[in-house]
Order: sequence, then C-alpha cells, then structure tokens
Amino acid sequence: MSTRLDVVPAVGVEASAFTPVPRRRFRARGRVTNVLLGCAGLLSVALVAQFLAPLGIVREQDLPPTTVIMAALAGLLGESTMWMAVYDTIYVWAIGLAVASVAGVVVGILLGSIEPLRRATSSTVEFLRPIPSVALVPLVVLVFGPRYESALVLVIYAAFWQVLVQTVYGVADVDPVVADTARSYRFSRWGVMRYVIWPTALPFVMTGIRLAATVALVLTVTAQLIIGTPGLGQSIAQAESGGANARMYALVLITGLLGLAVNIVVRLVEKRVLAWHMSFRKDASE
Amino acid sequence: MKTLQSIGYILALPVVLLTTWWIVSYDSTNVYFPSLQRILAAFPATWLDGGGESRLVVDGFASIWRLLFGFVAATVIAVSLGTLIGLLPRVRAFCEPTLELFRAIPGPVLVPIIGLFAGIGDTMKIIVVLLGCLWPILLNTVEGVRAVDSVMIDTARSYRLSARRRIFTLILPAASPQILAGMRQGLSVGIILMVISEMFAATNGLGFSVVQFQRNFALPEMWTGIIVLGLLGLVASVVFQYFESHSLRWYTGMRRAARDA
Amino acid sequence: MLEVTHMQKIYRTADTSFEALRDVHFTVAPGEFVCLVGPSGSGKTTLLKCMAGLMKPSAGSVRVADKAVSGPPEGLALVFQEYGRSLFPWLRIAENVELPLKELRLPKKERLARVAEALAHVGLENSARSYPWQLSGGMQQRVAIARAIAYRPDVLLMDEPFAAVDAQTRAELEDLVRTIWRDLKITTLFVTHDIDEAVYLAERVIVLSSTPTIVQREMIVDLPAERDQLSTRSLPRFSELRHDLYAEIQKAKTHSALTITA
Repeated sequence: MSTRLDVVPAVGVEASAFTPVPRRRFRARGRVTNVLLGCAGLLSVALVAQFLAPLGIVREQDLPPTTVIMAALAGLLGESTMWMAVYDTIYVWAIGLAVASVAGVVVGILLGSIEPLRRATSSTVEFLRPIPSVALVPLVVLVFGPRYESALVLVIYAAFWQVLVQTVYGVADVDPVVADTARSYRFSRWGVMRYVIWPTALPFVMTGIRLAATVALVLTVTAQLIIGTPGLGQSIAQAESGGANARMYALVLITGLLGLAVNIVVRLVEKRVLAWHMSFRKDASE
Repeated sequence: MKTLQSIGYILALPVVLLTTWWIVSYDSTNVYFPSLQRILAAFPATWLDGGGESRLVVDGFASIWRLLFGFVAATVIAVSLGTLIGLLPRVRAFCEPTLELFRAIPGPVLVPIIGLFAGIGDTMKIIVVLLGCLWPILLNTVEGVRAVDSVMIDTARSYRLSARRRIFTLILPAASPQILAGMRQGLSVGIILMVISEMFAATNGLGFSVVQFQRNFALPEMWTGIIVLGLLGLVASVVFQYFESHSLRWYTGMRRAARDA
Repeated sequence: MLEVTHMQKIYRTADTSFEALRDVHFTVAPGEFVCLVGPSGSGKTTLLKCMAGLMKPSAGSVRVADKAVSGPPEGLALVFQEYGRSLFPWLRIAENVELPLKELRLPKKERLARVAEALAHVGLENSARSYPWQLSGGMQQRVAIARAIAYRPDVLLMDEPFAAVDAQTRAELEDLVRTIWRDLKITTLFVTHDIDEAVYLAERVIVLSSTPTIVQREMIVDLPAERDQLSTRSLPRFSELRHDLYAEIQKAKTHSALTITA
C-alpha cells in the first residue's frame, strides 16, 4: 500500500525551498499495522452506516444500512446497463482528457517558449481559466442536447487549462545555465526542445495531467447528472428520481471506485514516466 | 514606455478577440449564438434592473453566500483535521483508505445524496460546496504538515515550545503554502459545485437563473448569465490570489532569494 | 553542569540493529568550553541528539544542571549546522529570537530587552526587522546564536555550526563564539570535525572513536585564554596540539569499541 496521500501540488509550490527531508522508511511490521488500521477505518465507516438507520438517527430511505447498499451493489454488478454506463463514463473521460492534454501541452510549449507570445496571451489565459466550465452547461444543452458531445466540450474546456498552465510553468522553469549550455553547443531549435525544454517541463506536465484527470471525471459525471448524457451520472439521477436510494448509493460507490481507479492509474503512469527523471534530479541536486 | 508596453501586452489580445467576436457575430442569425451587440444590450435589463432587487444582487448574493459559507467551513474543518492526521501517523493509517475512497467520489454525485438529508434549500448547497472543497484542502494540509522540516521541529522541541505554540508558529505557517494551494483548488471546485447544485434544484442563485434562461429559450439572457458566471470565477480567483500572495510573502521572498543565490 | 553517563544507543529495525554509541562517558564542568571531535560517522549527531533530549539513549543517562534529561531539558540551547532550516522563514529576525522567550512567559519588556541585547552581541542590531532568507549564511547562523544566548541557557550545544559557511565567515564566527563564552560564561559543548577549529576554540577536546563509539581520549588545550586567529594559530603549542589531535583522529578512524576493547 502506498503510504503517500496523493496531493496535487499547486503551480510553483510543489518544489519546497526547504531541503527535502528523507522520509523514515516504514518497517515491515509497521506496514502491516498500517494496512490493518486502514481496513479498520473502512470497516468502522461501514459499521456506523449499518446502524445509523436502525438506531433511528437517520431515516432508512435516506441512508439504507450498509448491507442493503452492498446487496444493491451486487445486483448492479450483474446488470449489463451498469457496465454500459461505466464504459460510457470512461469513454468520455478518456477522450476528453486526451484531447485536452495534447492541446494543453502543444499550446503550453508554444506559449512558454516564445516570450512575446506568452506575454500577449497571459491576460487572456488568466481571464478564461477561472471561468467555471459548468457555466457552459446551458449552451451545450441547446447545441448538442443529451449527447456525448455536450460532456466532451465541458470536459475538454475544464481539463485544457490545467494542462496548459502547468506546461507554461514547466517551460519557464528551464535552468538558464542549462539553456545557455545548450546554446553554446549550438543545439538546433528542435534539439533544445527535445533535450532541454521537454525534460524540464515533463514533471509539470504530468502534474497538470493528474489535476486534469480528476477534473475531467468531475465534469463527465456532471454532464451525465445534469444534462443526462449517458453514463453513471445519468444512472444516479434516474435512481434518485425513481426513489431507489440503495441503488443510488451503490452507484455513487461505483463512481467512487472508478475515481479511485483513475487516481491510481494516473499516479502509476506519472511514476513510470518520471522514474528516470526523479533519480536524475536527485543526482543533480546532490 | 515600459509600462505602456506592458499595458499593450495585457490589452491587445482581449481587444482583438472581443472585436472579432463583435464583427463575426454582428449579423448572426444563429439562434444559439446571438450577436455580441444583442448580448450586451440584454445585459442591463437582465441583471441590473431594480437596484437592490435586481437579479445581480439577489441571485448573486444567494450564490456567493453559499459559496463563501461552504468554503470557509470546509477550510476550518479540513485544516484542523488535516493537521491532526498529518501529525499522528496512527490516525493517518486509520483514515487514509477511507479518505482515498471518499475523495475519489466526484463532487456532483453528492448533490442528490445530500438532497435526501437536507432537502433542496441552502443547507444542501452549502454542504455540497463544503464537501467538494474539503478534500483538496484536507489532503494538501496533511501533506504540508508531514513535510515540515525536521530541523525546525527539533528546534521547536529543544526550545520546549508548547504543543499549541508549535502548531501555530511552526506547523501551520510551514504548511501554509501547501494549504493555500489546496484552498485554491478547493475554491474552483466549490464554484463548480455551487453552480451545479443550483442547476439541479433551486429557486434562486446564478446557476438557477442561467438554467431558467436556457429553458425559456431566452438566449441573449442566457449568454449574459454565462458571462456573469465567468466574471464570478474571475473575481473569486483575483480575490484569492491577493489573499494568497499577501499571506505567503515570506514564501515567495524566500524562493526568490534561493533562486538568485 | 553536563554529565553523560555510560551512554549507549542502538538503532533497531525489524531485522537489523546498528550500535551507534557503545559507552560514552564524560562530564563538562560549569563554564567550560569543550569541543567534541570525531571522524565522520562517529555517532556525533546521535550523541548530541541524546544530550539535547531529542532522542532516547538505549542505556545510560544525561544530566544537565543536575537534572536527569528525559525530554528536551530546561536551560539547554542547541545551535544546528543547518541554520537555514532552524530559523523560521515566516518570522522576522527579532521574532525568531523572541519566540523561545515567549515560552518562558517573560514579560514583553524583558523579552524585547533580551532580544536587543542578544542581537547586539552578534552584531545584527540593524537586521532585526529582516527575514532570515534576506541574510547571508553566516548572518543567519549569527541569528541562531543570538536566539540561543537570549534564552540564557546553562548549557549551549553547538552541532558543527560553521560547517556550511565559507572560511572567512567561519573565522569571524569562531571568534564570536569565544567572545560570547567569555563574556556570558555559558558552558559550551561544540561539536566539530575540524581539528584546527577544535584546538582554537576549546579548553578541552574530547575525541570520539568510530562506531560503536566510545570516548577515545581527552586532551587539555593549554593555550592562553586570549586567542586570535593570527597569533594563536602560529604558536608552536598550537601546532603541537593540532599534530597530536590529528594523529588521534587518524587512529580513531580505525578504532572503535570493538578494536579498543578487543
């Protein structure tokens, strides 16, 4: 089990100016204890949820006991429509994230490496970025209705800025000494891009994509919930309006597990991509 | 000359974009994309008529109040809980998998659940915003608290600083860059959830108004609503940035000093 | 004033154990200036952390001002090598120095007086309102020293405080520490791996062996009390002591509790 609560560092804050503290290695025995404690944590939540309704603290229709939700979950796992909804959700999420990432990286490198361009666009970027993508909901409803495209527009709009801004920061982080070295060895423009800018910006890009992945899922589900594009969010809205609350809880749990899977996958990819990078950086700083 | 140039850089592109929008949409017959001229013409009647009773004041106030209340409550809860979890490894081990699961649930799906308990009133919306903002702040606080420099901690211990003073003069300031980063993320999530919860079920608020315009096919008005929401996001971000740069002056100064060295 | 009695420290993990200190035993008299020298990897930092109450020894005990140490003791101030990480960057210089005094519940007036006095002692009265990161490394270490003396400790522990500053600054800081010791009569234990520094500063030098560490030898430094960088360092006696200490350290590199007792 990873002992690190994954945290998304904000732009520029991630590299602490304090000398990094080597984390104490967890002992084998400690790790087992931690896993047990973690399971105990999950179990206690399940237990509390089990008895809240029978004890009369909440109404049973508002929070069905854990066992009832689990039964609904088991039923859902056998439904093909549920799996279809999972597929739809992942589909929109993945396409939206991919488009936003590619666009964000390309535009980000362009803006980051050409100074006048960066200066000319920064006010516009700063203006457009904080616009909540949900403001576009009414527009996409009218233009596309409850179809994939609605969700995609929202997802791409929201995810694009995350990747763009991180990439611009990453490109700006290039060590001037390294850049001068490359120039003095007469690297071509492409060489500078390939061997200087890209490796420096990569960790930032990955941070941006990690942030974007979470945001993309939020917007995918939002579109399904509010506009009714097919997917888990739509199933939740249907269960809610049908008063099938145990089913709704089970669907929320499934969405949570999907979110967990997204986090884990993105984290693994990031670790993979940056593996050489981390060791390289550590060597360089020592 | 220099300032003139930087003003030029700031204004040039927005002016170009707005002009383009104006010209391209000037004789637009597309119902979904009315001309900028019509949108701007609809703006005062839609948002400003009625002074204190105008839509901007009534709905804007309703929305901002929900956002602020939820965001501040989330910050207080997340920072206290996060400090506790960050300082006590056992508590962290106990909570971590549960937190990982809960934070992975996309905020919007909480809207119907909270609706079960809290109806569709302000309480529901505040709780939705609160729960949405909570996770990024909480996780960043935990990480920030855990990363406090060991030499600083030894210093505080060797001078026998009390637990209270250690938390308020060492742990929290040291973790503040991370905490504020979490708050920044939390704020943008909070705005999204505020709008969504108002779109889902409400009788007032900016999100509600915009959806009403859309349902009534009042397109120029809907566009003005989109603009208002955009401006709200912008203002929130500017206000927060001011707050952040003010409270992290030591941090930016230190980083600049480290870079120049 | 400071008594370390048969101290042992063993680090244990699930399947390994590492004995850093075997049997460290020495005392420092009130008002004495003692340097603790040892080859790198000779449990110096471990020993210091145990003395400062930041770490529990596996066996043996520490007494500061006749009180057994269980946590960080009263009346002990510690100056770290990593000055940049021991000052709080969000507090101004004066606030950094004042912080431990607040814990002593001193009245505001007394606190301010002590801060001003301590900063004057280290020559930083004009930087009170600056932030640590606005100062050079040597100046930051002066702040850490000012914080320690404003605290008026019985014992001042310094953990290789000048290892990270340049040679010029280092000489100035050495003289500063000597002056403070003479003026304020604070019992000082100064850890260093620098032989010249140890001889120049101390009244007595304690040489530690490699791990598992024991006290390998103690040397009295019989140089005149009045010291200065040029004349003291060119005394024949300085060279002799330096020579002896160098030889002792060379021996310590291969010696440990294992070889000496065997």
